[in-house]
Amino acid sequence: MTSSDLTLRGVFARTKGEGRAALIPYVTAGHPHLNDLPQLISALNDAGADIIEIGIPFSDPLADGPVLQHAATQALNNGTKLRDILAQTKEISQSSVPIVYLTYMNPVYHFGVRAFIRAAAQSGVKGLIIPDLPWLESQEVFHDCEAEGISLIPLVAPTSTDAHIASLEIATGFIYGVSLTGVTGVRQDIDSGVESMVARIKRFITQPVAIGFGISTPEHARRIGAVADGVIVGSALVRIIDDAGDEAPQAARAFVASLREALNP
Amino acid sequence: MAVMKDGPDEAGRYGGFGGRYVPETLMPALDELTSAYAEAKTDPTFQAELAALLKDYVGRPTPLRRADRLSAKVGFDVYLKREDLNHTGAHKINNTMGQILLARRMGKTRIIAETGAGQHGVATATAAALFGLSAQVYMGEEDVKRQALNVYRMRLLGAEVIPVQSGSRTLKDATNEAIRDWVTNVRSTFYVIGSVVGPHPYPMMVRDFQSVIGDEARRQFHAVTGTLPTHIVAPVGGGSNSMGVFYAFRNDPVTLVGIEAGGEGVETGKHAATIAVGMKGILHGSLSYLLQDEDGQIIPAHSISAGLDYPGVGPEHAYFHDTQRAEYHAITDQEALAAFHELSLLEGIIPALESAHAVAWVIKEQERLRSLGARVLINLSGRGDKDVEAVREYEEGMH
Repeated sequence: MTSSDLTLRGVFARTKGEGRAALIPYVTAGHPHLNDLPQLISALNDAGADIIEIGIPFSDPLADGPVLQHAATQALNNGTKLRDILAQTKEISQSSVPIVYLTYMNPVYHFGVRAFIRAAAQSGVKGLIIPDLPWLESQEVFHDCEAEGISLIPLVAPTSTDAHIASLEIATGFIYGVSLTGVTGVRQDIDSGVESMVARIKRFITQPVAIGFGISTPEHARRIGAVADGVIVGSALVRIIDDAGDEAPQAARAFVASLREALNP
Repeated sequence: MAVMKDGPDEAGRYGGFGGRYVPETLMPALDELTSAYAEAKTDPTFQAELAALLKDYVGRPTPLRRADRLSAKVGFDVYLKREDLNHTGAHKINNTMGQILLARRMGKTRIIAETGAGQHGVATATAAALFGLSAQVYMGEEDVKRQALNVYRMRLLGAEVIPVQSGSRTLKDATNEAIRDWVTNVRSTFYVIGSVVGPHPYPMMVRDFQSVIGDEARRQFHAVTGTLPTHIVAPVGGGSNSMGVFYAFRNDPVTLVGIEAGGEGVETGKHAATIAVGMKGILHGSLSYLLQDEDGQIIPAHSISAGLDYPGVGPEHAYFHDTQRAEYHAITDQEALAAFHELSLLEGIIPALESAHAVAWVIKEQERLRSLGARVLINLSGRGDKDVEAVREYEEGMH
């Protein structure tokens, strides 16, 4: 399976056919070491990831909790640069499931919106998630993503209005449902409002819905996978990578495989 | 001269600047705030309550007076707008009074704020105490150490000070953490932003609450001199006191001068002169000018004045700069320190280090201003008591 074979929509069509939710793990580029990304992406592929989210580290990640803040700080201290991430992605994406970037808006704006989106597309990236770019502000980015053939992935929060959800019908790729009002992080429980939020989204639009924020264990993944089309796991995986030291790829592979096992029908 | 618009467009844009770059979770809260503020702005009851508080609690109007010995020394008229005489010692309380009244009106019981030097934190804690609301103030761990007195003030006023340990542990990180709190507790919490920054409607709302400075100053100056000033000079960190004094004069033939913190010199990279460097970017909810590296990572600011120590600037200032309605210059730590002493000796007024930057520019440019026959109005945004200890330590360390 290579990324050129499959669109984001194609992934969800396939996992739906298999009777399960898609698994979308997240890693921060440049964390824990500058050049760990290829090994980690390879481990996530081996473990059964369906889409992989690569986080571009930012100095001021205001949607992130302590685990991903720490990972970003460490990645920047390691000397992680945007152009190096793009170059690494280009090599990795040939032999990986589809990759999407998670980035804050300022690195994109500073690089040049169209130039960044083109560079990402040329690196084989299929989609962009920008947590500080709400849909109402996203016309330029959306247009440029469409022109370059990648998806801008919109977010829906528990506080989002029906009008916001309805306005997402033009989105390609998938919808990122934020499970709770808050920032990313490892949590004990999943929010009880997830099921009704997914149902509310599906009343208005037909896109696949992947849920993220706070999903930390195989049991969480199983419960979210029963109601959503995709399960996004970030902080819990990054914390395991943090704790594993030199064994990070093996630890990541084992954890993601356990999440995948929990999603199998 | 172009006629300046009264406010941003529907999307919160000042020219291309401003906007709302926040997580989707906050968008409904910003809509709610926008409409609540629009209603309050035209509600005579709200405006009367705010006006009464500003008069009887804050102590407005603040005086405007000619600085006679400074004027004699530089050879042209210099007037001071005395925002240092407000309750709590700076202009910050004009804004916190307005926002706390709005929070009450919206039924929000919990108040959060960010603070750098602590002046906005103290002003927020003060307003919250006045109305019996619970306030939590985020403050970078570095600033908690540097501004121990203001931390104690906030605690005396019943606020909880939460030290922030992420990033550079200063104002920008405190702001990140306040936004994270707001995202988490958005349904119950009102976020009192301290400057003309952040997502729409904050830059507009804070400017409106601070524009009382310019409204008064315009009347007072005219009453005293029969005319308007030729120049208005004010310090710019995020830019709330300067926008507050500029706004009433935006369509007058008056030169508006914003003074940024040049720190150890703009060429050293250790400064907070956002507009002088002139790179656009997005931070804390709006598009403006920003200190950043070649990858778009935010660079921590530096200034001897903790109140100017911020890597961004309000979007309306970016717009005033781009349309050339205002001019912006940088003053170094050393120049500000010299003016701190000068004003203390000449006028018996110890200025905040922020305000000393504005005084320093007037002294530095005295020859040109004298030849123009200038009538200069300086916005003395705060008093210097909070800075006395730091200045003393700094100067003892130098000798």
